[in-house]
Amino acid sequence: MAHRWTNDLTHDDVTPKSAYMNRRQVMAGMAGLGLAALAPKARAASDLTPTDFDVITQYNNFYEFGTGKEDPAKHAHRLTTKPWSIKIDGMVDRPGDYALADILSQMTIEERIYRFRCVEAWSMVVPWNGFELKDLLDLAGVQSSAKYVAFETLYRPEEMVGQNAPFLDWPYVEGLRLDEANHPLTLMATGIYGKDMPKQNGAPIRLVVPWKYGFKSIKSIVRITLTDKEPPTSWNKSIPGEYGFYSNVNPEVDHPRWSQASERPIGGGFFAKRIPTLMFNGYEKEVAGLYDGMDLRKNY
Amino acid sequence: MIDTINTLLRKTPSWLLYLIGAAYPAWLLYAGFTGGLGVDPVKAMEHALGKVGLQVLIAVLLVTPLRRFTKLNFLSWRRALGVIAFFYILLHFFVWMVLDVQILSQVWADIVKRPYIIVGMISLLILLPLAVTSNNLSIRKLGPRWRKLHKATYLAVALGGVHYIMQTKGFEYEPYIYLAVVIGLIAIRKLPKKRAAAQPAKRQAV
Repeated sequence: MAHRWTNDLTHDDVTPKSAYMNRRQVMAGMAGLGLAALAPKARAASDLTPTDFDVITQYNNFYEFGTGKEDPAKHAHRLTTKPWSIKIDGMVDRPGDYALADILSQMTIEERIYRFRCVEAWSMVVPWNGFELKDLLDLAGVQSSAKYVAFETLYRPEEMVGQNAPFLDWPYVEGLRLDEANHPLTLMATGIYGKDMPKQNGAPIRLVVPWKYGFKSIKSIVRITLTDKEPPTSWNKSIPGEYGFYSNVNPEVDHPRWSQASERPIGGGFFAKRIPTLMFNGYEKEVAGLYDGMDLRKNY
Repeated sequence: MIDTINTLLRKTPSWLLYLIGAAYPAWLLYAGFTGGLGVDPVKAMEHALGKVGLQVLIAVLLVTPLRRFTKLNFLSWRRALGVIAFFYILLHFFVWMVLDVQILSQVWADIVKRPYIIVGMISLLILLPLAVTSNNLSIRKLGPRWRKLHKATYLAVALGGVHYIMQTKGFEYEPYIYLAVVIGLIAIRKLPKKRAAAQPAKRQAV
């Protein structure tokens, strides 16, 4: 079911990007503008505009293609994304290999303009295109015993040059609690700015969990497993003292090596001002209830 | 051949080295404003200055083993290289403070709280008196203490390497290479000098 959530960020400087956008996207953008006109106060509260396409596609953490921010844009062209399928297994009624084309034929792609906050204290605003993860999980039929969702990125070192080095324990894996996965904000993204997902951004399909640090939003997904145990996650395995399972954006809980109280928006040049980081990256109203009674300092 | 190169090295005016040294941050600034440093020029400049500062410091430490093992003599370059490296590292600190962290209270909180910042700051503080005493007057005034003081370069460079390793996310090769080189250079210093027996008088005179 699409359109359960309405963009609160706007597309008001999207004009130069209209060349990229197909009709559906232009309409989605216009819908966003219409909303802005109707609710000017709500808009002012989050007066953010999408980061430029060139910035979003040239500044990436995708260690499968190298650890430098420009490495993915340089090396990701070697990735072949067709054909693509996602193996859905574990506690589901209909396990199997789901061809991406078949999945997409059953999904409504919508635009979601989300804040994107990296654990490294930089941020962007990204106009994603995609569908809710819940819709995909419903396709496979989640069994009542399932409590977590595990994700896996493609492992193909001949195309993903970074996988030839031990930066992380490949393949990259991530996980969500089932209620997080089912949340209407949780997106399976297939594009940005109305274009197919650029390879350096996690083509052809990636997760986007906007209230969590960016590394939770696993890219180039080939496997989704429903399980009743908290699944291992790559950064937690690598440096457990710095990266937890939850990794919710939280300005009050610092990374051991730097403060998370503020962030640098990327794309503003030398003198871009830091902005305060928002609780749950600005989605507190929507997701805080998921963590009622939890010690967020302990469950970082 | 070596003699010709050494003559050239000796005759290189130090103002030329300082000019080339100053050109690099100027170029970074220009590149940053014109898109040459990518979409995050702040981090790019911060990291470039830190890394090149470390590389030039390692070059400073290479002067002695190069003289010893290849007879190449960069001694007349060493002061300029050291001062340039300090200048880069100082700029690295300023870019971090002014353009990256921006908020002064946050800068101070990081300096006292974050281990990798603490290590970097210690390295910078060690380099400060070395840079200040990089002149003939100080060498004359401090006498033998000057050489002793300037051996602290090894410690500063090693801490710089550690600082680099500590700030990486996950595992990367490059910072370990610098630390390995620094440790190697310290080890080379400890190698017994064959010629020492031939010149005992000179060594004891110091």
